Amino acid sequence: MNRFAALLDRLAYEPRRNAKLRLLADHFRTQPDPDRGYALAAMTGSLSFSAAKPGLIRALIAERTDPVLFGLSYDYVGDLSETVALMWPAPEDGAERAPPSLSEVVETLATLGRSELPRRIAGWLDALDETGRWALLKLITGGLRIGVSARLAKTAVASMGGMEADEVEHVWHGLAPPYVPLFAWVEGRGPRPAASDPAPFRPVMLAHAVEDRDFETLNPADFSAEWKWDGIRIQAVSGADEDGLVRTRLYSRTGEEISKSFPDLCDALAGIDGAVDGELLVIREGRVQSFNVLQQRLNRASVTPALMLDFPVAVRAYDLLVEAGEDLRALPFSERRVRLEAFVRRVDRDRLDLSPVIAFQSWEALAAARAAPSEAGADVDADAVEGVMLKRRDSAYLPGRPKGLWYKWKRDPHVVDAVLMYAQRGHGKRSSFYSDYTFGVWREGAAGDELVPVGKAYFGFTDEELVQIDRFVRKHTINRFGPVREVVHEPHQGLVVEVAFEGLARSTRHKSGVAMRFPRISRLRWDKPPIEADRMEALERLLGDEKTDPAPRA
Amino acid sequence: MRPTDLLCITPAGLYCPPGDFHIDPVRPVARALVTHGHSDHARAGHGAVLATEETLAIMAVRYGERFAGSTQAAALGRPVAMGDVTATFHPAGHVLGSAQIALEAGGLRIVASGDYKRAEDPTCRPFEPVPCDVFITEATFGLPVFRHPDTRDEVRKLLASVRLFPDRAHMVGAYALGKAQRLMALVREAGWDEPIYIHGALEKLTDFYVSRQIRLGDVRKVGAADRAALAGAIVICPPSALQDVWSRRFPDPVTAFASGWMRVRARARQRGVELPLVVSDHADWDDLRRTIKEVGAGEIWVTHGQEDALVHWCGTQGLKAKPLHMIGYGDEGEAEPGDVVSGEPPAASETPGP
Repeated sequence: MNRFAALLDRLAYEPRRNAKLRLLADHFRTQPDPDRGYALAAMTGSLSFSAAKPGLIRALIAERTDPVLFGLSYDYVGDLSETVALMWPAPEDGAERAPPSLSEVVETLATLGRSELPRRIAGWLDALDETGRWALLKLITGGLRIGVSARLAKTAVASMGGMEADEVEHVWHGLAPPYVPLFAWVEGRGPRPAASDPAPFRPVMLAHAVEDRDFETLNPADFSAEWKWDGIRIQAVSGADEDGLVRTRLYSRTGEEISKSFPDLCDALAGIDGAVDGELLVIREGRVQSFNVLQQRLNRASVTPALMLDFPVAVRAYDLLVEAGEDLRALPFSERRVRLEAFVRRVDRDRLDLSPVIAFQSWEALAAARAAPSEAGADVDADAVEGVMLKRRDSAYLPGRPKGLWYKWKRDPHVVDAVLMYAQRGHGKRSSFYSDYTFGVWREGAAGDELVPVGKAYFGFTDEELVQIDRFVRKHTINRFGPVREVVHEPHQGLVVEVAFEGLARSTRHKSGVAMRFPRISRLRWDKPPIEADRMEALERLLGDEKTDPAPRA
Repeated sequence: MRPTDLLCITPAGLYCPPGDFHIDPVRPVARALVTHGHSDHARAGHGAVLATEETLAIMAVRYGERFAGSTQAAALGRPVAMGDVTATFHPAGHVLGSAQIALEAGGLRIVASGDYKRAEDPTCRPFEPVPCDVFITEATFGLPVFRHPDTRDEVRKLLASVRLFPDRAHMVGAYALGKAQRLMALVREAGWDEPIYIHGALEKLTDFYVSRQIRLGDVRKVGAADRAALAGAIVICPPSALQDVWSRRFPDPVTAFASGWMRVRARARQRGVELPLVVSDHADWDDLRRTIKEVGAGEIWVTHGQEDALVHWCGTQGLKAKPLHMIGYGDEGEAEPGDVVSGEPPAASETPGP
């Protein structure tokens, strides 16, 4: 448990992906089975301990500490697990206790009765040091939050054998903690584990953003075009195992299984016997809803019948990877498309439809369609279109982002001129730069016009622009709040930034009442005085355009 | 004599009326007794200063030889008569030269402990408990969540990270007086033989430690040209330099910070620290309580830090306790007002643009 705790501790502070990978691989390489397998399970969300609730932890600490001191400490630290870990008193007998191994913790919690739990957890807390206690409490209350995705953990495992994450992904669903055969395989000591799962994830094919100059070399006749829908890219897979038991799974584009969040969709797709690449969308009465509506379903912690009724989700199919056990990925796109159309017709499910192709002869014609999707076949669903996709007719379905095959051509983003108000230091390489920016627009306040923050951005600028903004921030700081600096933002003094963003939604969490999607700094307007920056009214008008239909019951 | 007749609070700090002197005054006074050289306790401009010989030397390093009208060195354990009062300096274990000051008059003894710690420190004399009637304690880490780990484990953490990331410079923020040198000594104890690099702001005080026979090994000041070549090196700098443009040129730096505050994750994250090292020159919760019991005082005055929790605990032990609410003393990590480093002016290539 101590080594696992040290790993979590280090990961929690490490912002860099590559460094995280190294820490993970180093851990897996040096730790024995089955401990490392349980560590992997913890990182990939494959463990859950339903009986260990925060209430139990509170009760344990209340028996052992002065309530006033606990209250003062909790106020100061702000996190229950951490407060308990830090102030847990050493056992009075002073005896050395052997700390539990991670395996002991995992295996015990899986079998122990509820009434036995408090005593056992207290015993472990007695034996562990501060970091060990923190890791134990985070593990059992299910809140690791150390910035490691399942995909990253699998990538680290794959790197041990010089493999790609996709190879691990492929055998993953036939495996269970503590993954002993997996480690044996990547270390070259055992056979490749059988991928016995009838509904495994296949690595997704991604597109490059098209650039203007690409059109000079690309021939329209080589490409098929379709709408880029603004939902969640998913893979829906259903198949039966040897016993005839049907399994249906939904995966995110990184291979995280998200079936639990969409049981209604899983039911609706059960038994299609194939693997479909598509977009998950909320479709109400035949009409695709905007991403903001989908977001309302995604944000809920529990999936209730009412939620499923109000936000009915469906898959709009882009591609067919497998049909009845036949792997189609090596076929050209045009052939897969024919198979997909026939497949969607044949399985005939309410919640599975086809993403239509866009007819076009020239790039100019496609540009026109992209600018006005509603007149080019997207009809009433045009609001949910965020651009077009171009796919070479002869392209095989290849994992990753291969060059020259698929392109995405997004609709132009919205832009607004805003005023820099606050800046915060970045992480890692950027830790000496002020690289996270809060910006605002003007609105009428009680005492005349005032700036109201409307968003935060931390990319979009070049390295050189970062240096310029950093210098501006350091020279124009008027206030400091911990790591945040307030910079001058007056009508004739301050920095105007052009912010590009994909969409706008109403939000009760933001002071301005709006939340931007995907904002980034697109240009620095050193030439513009803050007084000429945009006003809230401009954003309000955009909200009108976005037609964010509220949920019927929300 | 009541304790408040012997020592009371004034805007300048603790004041002793029968001896007519202040202890660690925050503004210039006629006569000052100084516990240790940190700049919030030892300020320039007093008429006369009584302190240990090391503390006087540190003040001279920081403020120049003429930092006070006159100075007098206090020998440890040797009473100095000040009017009707005697003052005796005893080691406090905080930094080199740090002392507690015991005041005695009319059969009453008050110990003003300044900042202190009980943990082992190869760079200064250990704390000595002095029995007294009133004990004045700091409470920088006066919450039960602060229990400092063994510093050797923290240093091992640093060295393990250097081994894992030999291509990255390890930048360790540490206070210029005491913490930086203690860290160097600990890194040497752990077997690190490579040169240790330091920011220019640490140079004079580090030289002073070395002149006092404290062995720190091969310590080199970082030159502007060296920065890019320091992959895998340990570089110690003032905490403020971590966020300064100064830290930019190092190869893919790992940001570390040696402070008791690093015990609390949110505090470390706020500062953008990637490798927190819990190394403190202050007493932790357990040592505060142990010390209060050992000195046997019936009355505890709590100066700066987390006073509420410690005062509450004293109450549960049947001890009379009160917070002094003194202003002007930074707690570790927040401020050492004299140590603010503005950093080197950025090179021309680092500041293009308007």
